[in-house]
Amino acid sequence: MTDEYADIREQVQKLCSQYPGEYWRKLDAERAYPTEFVQALTEAGYLSVLIPEEFGGSGLGITAAAVIMEEIQKSGCNGGACHAQMYTMGTVLRHGSDEQKQKYLPGIASGELRLQAFGVTEPTSGTDTLSLRTTAVKNGDGDYVINGQKIWTSRVEHSDLMMLLARTQSKEEVKKRTDGLSVFIVDMREALGNGLEIKPIRTMINHATTEVFFDDLVIPANSLVGEEGKGFRYILDGMNAERILIAAECIGDARWFVQKATDYANDRQVFGREIGKNQGIQFPIAEAYMQTEAANLMVEHAARVYEGGSRAGAEANMAKYLASEASWKAADMCMQTHGGFAFAEEYDVERKFRETRLYRIAPISNNLVLSFIAEHVLGLPKSY
Amino acid sequence: MKLLVAVKRVIDYNIKVRVKGDETGVETANVKMSMNPFDEIAVEEAVRLHEAGTATEIVAVSMGVQQCQETIRTALAMGCDRGIHVKTDDELQPLAVAKLLAKIVEQESPDVVVLGKQAIDDDSNQTGQMLAGLLGWSQGTFASEIALADGKANVTREIDGGLQTVAINLPAVITTDLRLNEPRYASLPNIMKAKKKEIAEITPEELGVDIAPRLTTLKVTEPSQREGGIKVETVAELVNKLKNEVGVI
Ligand SMILES: Cc1cc2nc3c(=O)[nH]c(=O)nc-3n(C[C@H](O)[C@H](O)[C@H](O)COP(=O)(O)OP(=O)(O)OC[C@H]3O[C@@H](n4cnc5c(N)ncnc54)[C@H](O)[C@@H]3O)c2cc1C
Repeated sequence: MTDEYADIREQVQKLCSQYPGEYWRKLDAERAYPTEFVQALTEAGYLSVLIPEEFGGSGLGITAAAVIMEEIQKSGCNGGACHAQMYTMGTVLRHGSDEQKQKYLPGIASGELRLQAFGVTEPTSGTDTLSLRTTAVKNGDGDYVINGQKIWTSRVEHSDLMMLLARTQSKEEVKKRTDGLSVFIVDMREALGNGLEIKPIRTMINHATTEVFFDDLVIPANSLVGEEGKGFRYILDGMNAERILIAAECIGDARWFVQKATDYANDRQVFGREIGKNQGIQFPIAEAYMQTEAANLMVEHAARVYEGGSRAGAEANMAKYLASEASWKAADMCMQTHGGFAFAEEYDVERKFRETRLYRIAPISNNLVLSFIAEHVLGLPKSY
Repeated sequence: MKLLVAVKRVIDYNIKVRVKGDETGVETANVKMSMNPFDEIAVEEAVRLHEAGTATEIVAVSMGVQQCQETIRTALAMGCDRGIHVKTDDELQPLAVAKLLAKIVEQESPDVVVLGKQAIDDDSNQTGQMLAGLLGWSQGTFASEIALADGKANVTREIDGGLQTVAINLPAVITTDLRLNEPRYASLPNIMKAKKKEIAEITPEELGVDIAPRLTTLKVTEPSQREGGIKVETVAELVNKLKNEVGVI
């Protein structure tokens, strides 16, 4: 079978080979953002893969984007620092006005404008997005005034714009539960210090994530994307794209773990023979490999369904679930294969192990995927 | 100025090669293939000469099976203008490749042919020299620096004693060494553009070249396993062992 994306894979690998383990270990120790890596990806046009050509991107589909993310992770790099620059703009592209598209998309395509922050999660309404409390209220001038708090808003400090989900109508007033939320593009270059405050959160991985506080932040009326009250529906499309791409990252991680474990098992001698000669070592590697390949089929399928024009809600969720579970299994297997050396930072195993763990929780916790499949695919009662 | 670059499809340098069970060669089925790293350097140099305005057109040539077109596409994504694929499933030895290249040179009339000093699969290090011989052109081999001007090329060569710079007249054949440059990775827009660039297909028969191998490979085997060494405590012990056990002094 010929791989239509073999050329993209090869060139992404080449780019990534310039950012080896030492680069990431150093950033990890300093908790620094991979600026040079993100710059290289931007300049080589990989982050604008999904933006139509008329706005300066390459106009390719989600499969091409997934291939790029997979190769980044497979090379031992971490695309989490910039994956959102690829897909956050999707909401503007699909639901924004012509004026908004002209204003933002060319800049995002060139990398001059960074839109890689997405404020959804709040401290008091985690998984339960529909209970979010941040409000956007129209003032006398027709502008919106934002009040509230977001948490785990990643890459805010490395972004110019933020996609914000806020309530424009109270929960009590709306006819349908999914109404009353709206999407805004917030220009943080103007907002910072004028009602917008950012506080970094120290986390288990080097992820540049933050808490964001809105205190009477005034944003112009034309920050609203699409119609007022329809925000939840708008972001769902984007979330499916995000899930497919994150699933592809997990596949890349899993492949990295399987390769790393295989190499080590072939190399490490204990009791005068390679540890890979023991079935206790080689079976878990083989199992992780099979789970990765199976999950990858789901990811490819989800990407095809999405490219076919459907929302691919079930497929994207299943892909994210299966891929994140496969990468976590592979990560644990890789730790076990390396024995004590897994804990030595210079092997990169413990770093990748920590990094890939995130995707069973974010952007959506895997329990919620199970609830979704049970309720919406199988017709079981809603459990919460 | 027109440049011709030769690009060979070889087993990727990261792959640990394995000898086939029947010892006729190395395993290539399901093995990752890439452009020969020395040829990548040749492409990079050509593209830089293009960007500097010295070269006006770069043609990339590859010879062998259908998939060689992927290697040509990589060269096109890096910045070559068009490709030529000499298609054959038969074994190609350096002399055959040099003869085929000489024919292409006849058709294309480049000013310079740039190719890797050797391919990492058979490590022959012959094609460039044979091509220059067949064409009766000057050659600058193992280039670590190239300067083209006024119908001449100054080629700095890596030789055992250090660096040697030769001035040669164009047209010429130049083969590239590792330190000439660091090849770029292609950008996504350039990968997309490369898909639309032309690759002409031609066969050795059409070029009228006899590619029958002149050498026969008898057998390919794994290098013998290196045995572990030992540590000696004193110089006297070392000399004793070399004299009485190994028998080399
Ligand atoms: C590093 C990092 C980066 C992030 N980046 C962003 C970002 O950029 N933007 C953003 O908006 N968010 C971001 N998030 C937030 C992430 O999406 C949430 O953490 C995630 O959706 C889970 O929400 P929560 O943490 O509030 O968990 P909770 O909702 O408090 O859930 C806690 C646990 O309970 C389980 N649970 C909850 N309800 C149910 C139920 N009904 N049935 C079964 N189990 C249930 C969950 O599965 C989970 O295991 C990030 C998070 C992290 C850790």
